[in-house]
Amino acid sequence: MTEKNKIETGFGSDAKKNPQRIVFVTRKTSAKVTDDRGPLLMTYPHLLLREAIAAQILTVAVVLVALFWDAPLEQLANPLLTPNPAKAPWYFLGLQELLHYFPPFVAGVILPGLVVLALIVIPYFNVNIEGAPIWERNPARHFRNYVAVIVALTVLLAAFDAWTVAAPTLAIGAVLIWSYFAKSEASAAARYFRSRPLSWWLMTWFVFVALILTLVGTFFRGPGWSWVWPWRPYGA
Amino acid sequence: MATTLHSLLDQLRETRAWKSVFRRGPALTNRTRSQAVFGNLFLHWMPVKVREKSLAVRASYYLGSISFLLFLALTITGILLMFYYHPAVPQAYRDMKDLRFVVSNGVFLRNAHRLAAQLMVLLVFLHMFHVFYRGGYKPPHEFNWVVGVILLLVTLFLSYTGYLLPWDQLAFWAITVGTNIMSAMPVIGGKLRFTLLGGNLVGENALLRFYVMHVVVLPLIAFLFIGIHFWRVQKDGGLTVRSKDDGKE
Repeated sequence: MTEKNKIETGFGSDAKKNPQRIVFVTRKTSAKVTDDRGPLLMTYPHLLLREAIAAQILTVAVVLVALFWDAPLEQLANPLLTPNPAKAPWYFLGLQELLHYFPPFVAGVILPGLVVLALIVIPYFNVNIEGAPIWERNPARHFRNYVAVIVALTVLLAAFDAWTVAAPTLAIGAVLIWSYFAKSEASAAARYFRSRPLSWWLMTWFVFVALILTLVGTFFRGPGWSWVWPWRPYGA
Repeated sequence: MATTLHSLLDQLRETRAWKSVFRRGPALTNRTRSQAVFGNLFLHWMPVKVREKSLAVRASYYLGSISFLLFLALTITGILLMFYYHPAVPQAYRDMKDLRFVVSNGVFLRNAHRLAAQLMVLLVFLHMFHVFYRGGYKPPHEFNWVVGVILLLVTLFLSYTGYLLPWDQLAFWAITVGTNIMSAMPVIGGKLRFTLLGGNLVGENALLRFYVMHVVVLPLIAFLFIGIHFWRVQKDGGLTVRSKDDGKE
């Protein structure tokens, strides 16, 4: 009884009274900590020199482009004359494309809110920290779940006619399903995709959808947010 | 020539005047090189030593550094543009015309600011994706990832508030479209939009508010969080360096 209490109250600070095993050295091994992160260099000058070179290259590049490319300037703002289409800055055109399909509350509030929330919580989930290859544990059960999610997502997107979202979603889903059946020995691509964790698939899906939506919103949308081809200018 | 210049610099660094400014002589030993970093207000948040691997271009593509350098370039060009700008309707638009036709190098100034702004948004996105794919959000870097997400949002708001300032059709309608989305927010949406615009429409109050946000409030917030972000890089043990160059960590 007293023995049990001793353990529960913690360890004494007197090493002679309460010896603790710090390390267990077996034969032909050593207790030395191995650090394979490579050698250290002095920040001054090694890092600062590289930063200075980066600053110089950047300055030259920005100055050169600014000399030959002109910032856009249209007519004076006129609240009575609405351009068609009225477009947001390029980094919000993905959102504007979503607004075309979904009610404003969903596309303008819920979805961006969820994206920001999802980004913030990434490092606080162990599944993202461990980063186990996607088909490592319980592959059959996970495969069923992922296919169910892909199908449900596609049906939902199809119900809203949101095919510029559905297409990249299906493309990533197809690669995911293919990677389940592919053999790692078969090709470098199979080995690569099979070794990726779930977090990689989710982020890649997000990046791919965001990229497609932004490109579509920038180049393929014209009057009334109708589909246009960038090489066929409208209204000019 | 090179050696003479070098020795001249070293002689300069030995003078009392130099030492009084930089608190050290030439940085010839690792001790003085350390002092060069932690004895300098502008560098003291940096680690004294860095992993050789983290200096490789592939380790970061210098995306974070370039984002910060763009922020500096935007501050400089932005202050110069402020000398020529009035946040008033329709004077703001006339100032754009003045920059084009009257001010020396006005076109260049506005081009550089606009270009650097677009590049910064792009680079901050690329920086985030690159850090994610390298696993840079993993412990002990969790909170710095969150600070990074905040900096992404601040960058977007900075760019968006700047978008209205030229007061042309592009600016007016982009902000009108964007702030209309805000009204979709339940309960507070309409009030939030009214607060941001200083009215129900994008007008001169909106221009003034966006201007103040763009040149004072948001840059200060960005500056604060950039400071935290850099400082935490050092405190959390530098860039994530992989044990092996490929495969998972």
